[in-house]
Amino acid sequence: MVVDPAEYGLRELNAQLHAAARDPGVPRSWRIVNPAGRHNLAVGLDAELDVAIEGHVGYYCAGMNQRATVRIDGNAGVGVAENMMSGSVIVQGDASQAAGATARGGQLVIHGNASARCGISLKGADIVVGGSIGHLGAFMAQRGRLVVCGDAGESLGDSIYEARVYVRGRVKSLGADCIEKPMRDEHVAEVAELLERAGIGDVDAASFRRYGSARRLYHFDVDNARAY
Amino acid sequence: MCGIAGLFSKSLDVSESLGSHLGEMLLQLSDRGPDSAGVAFYRDPAPSGSSKVSLFSPDPEQDWDGVQAALDEAFGAGQAEPRGSHAVIVVETDASEAQSWLRDRYPELRVMSAGQEIEIFKEAGPPPEFLESFGLANMSGSHALGHTRMATESRVTTEHSHPFSTGLDLCLVHNGSLSNHNLLRRSLRREGIPIQTQNDSEVAAGYLTWRMREGDTLDQALERSLEDLDGFFTFAVGTADGFAVLRDPIACKPAVIAETDAWVAIASEYRALAVLPGAEEAEVWEPEPGRVYSWAHEVVA
Repeated sequence: MVVDPAEYGLRELNAQLHAAARDPGVPRSWRIVNPAGRHNLAVGLDAELDVAIEGHVGYYCAGMNQRATVRIDGNAGVGVAENMMSGSVIVQGDASQAAGATARGGQLVIHGNASARCGISLKGADIVVGGSIGHLGAFMAQRGRLVVCGDAGESLGDSIYEARVYVRGRVKSLGADCIEKPMRDEHVAEVAELLERAGIGDVDAASFRRYGSARRLYHFDVDNARAY
Repeated sequence: MCGIAGLFSKSLDVSESLGSHLGEMLLQLSDRGPDSAGVAFYRDPAPSGSSKVSLFSPDPEQDWDGVQAALDEAFGAGQAEPRGSHAVIVVETDASEAQSWLRDRYPELRVMSAGQEIEIFKEAGPPPEFLESFGLANMSGSHALGHTRMATESRVTTEHSHPFSTGLDLCLVHNGSLSNHNLLRRSLRREGIPIQTQNDSEVAAGYLTWRMREGDTLDQALERSLEDLDGFFTFAVGTADGFAVLRDPIACKPAVIAETDAWVAIASEYRALAVLPGAEEAEVWEPEPGRVYSWAHEVVA
């Protein structure tokens, strides 16, 4: 099924994609052409759909995704795959701010760069970035994994909880309560598996460094006041 | 929220239809800023020794020919070119003399811009109506900035709309909000910088005017603003030969830049760039926080 949202209507398109959750007669494979930076494309899907978007998308593309695979052959605006529950979202180009924000499950792959606040408040999803990320990556991230093949900007992992962050390149600075941790065999295996699943084959998993929480800020303790 | 658009032409085709392209961009940004809209065009340079003023009158029956005749008698002046509630007049004197004369003789008029090339038009009301009533679609030019406003810090009036003039041939559009604008407004007024409204963005414009008066280049003034302005912002600043873009270091306010062989453009969102010819093939990127980006046409000596 090939659709142009300019002709089809964005609400109608999303309604059709939503109907797939209940109606087995709805096509499983969709190709969206001429996205022209529109917001809210393919949000709230809840079926095993394969949605390919040919071009750059606007805000919140594939937000709240469950089960569907959404491929964006272009750049994504703010909040791509925000609050994803499961499924897979693949961005061929760059992603803007807050990519994968609060996502609970599934996989977000960004082959280009992601800008500020990538994986903010991550709650269980896996994010793999082929390029670099901007400042405040994995801010307040609670669960899940963030793998960055390039560099990370300022204040990586600020106020992080139990999410795991792997960066291959340079980290400009670590945020409050984020520290580097040893890369043991199980972590190399974890990165290798995440890279393989993301289809990034030419990167050595052993070349990553691991970052996580020093666990000083979970509960307020006056002795740790300087760490804030 | 607000919407910012800037378009810098690198080809004759784009220059000739600059107004219709910028208009398309602003339409895409209408829901980011439904209160007011405004544009600054750089076009038709006034001859050396003359200057160009954009005037706004709140009176829909304004007698622009009368203003033009008085200016002509005082200095020599070209025909008034009315556009919506504004008119552009080329005056055969320097811009500061023309401005002070206008302030004395026509205090009810507001000089929205002055310089060799700049023309500012802006008005409270929905952006699509603004584009229509000012006939922007037929305007040409070398580059232009535009703004759609959703007011957060001050009233919705034409005077509070963007772009704000920041000096001869300079203007500023802003998406964001400043928290130390009251303090800055007082200190800028002490420095003799006229600030006419309660708008926070006008304070940012006044700040740049002040820094450049003190000898900073535009890039230096913008870099210093990172220290002195407290708040959220994406700024686009228009100059006689180009424009500059700056986002605050926290970068809550969006910006996307795209470039082709025919144009460079900045907008708050990509959908406002998607309407430009060849956008699909453009190089597209997000400007880094806290870094000044600028483009200029080559100055022909």
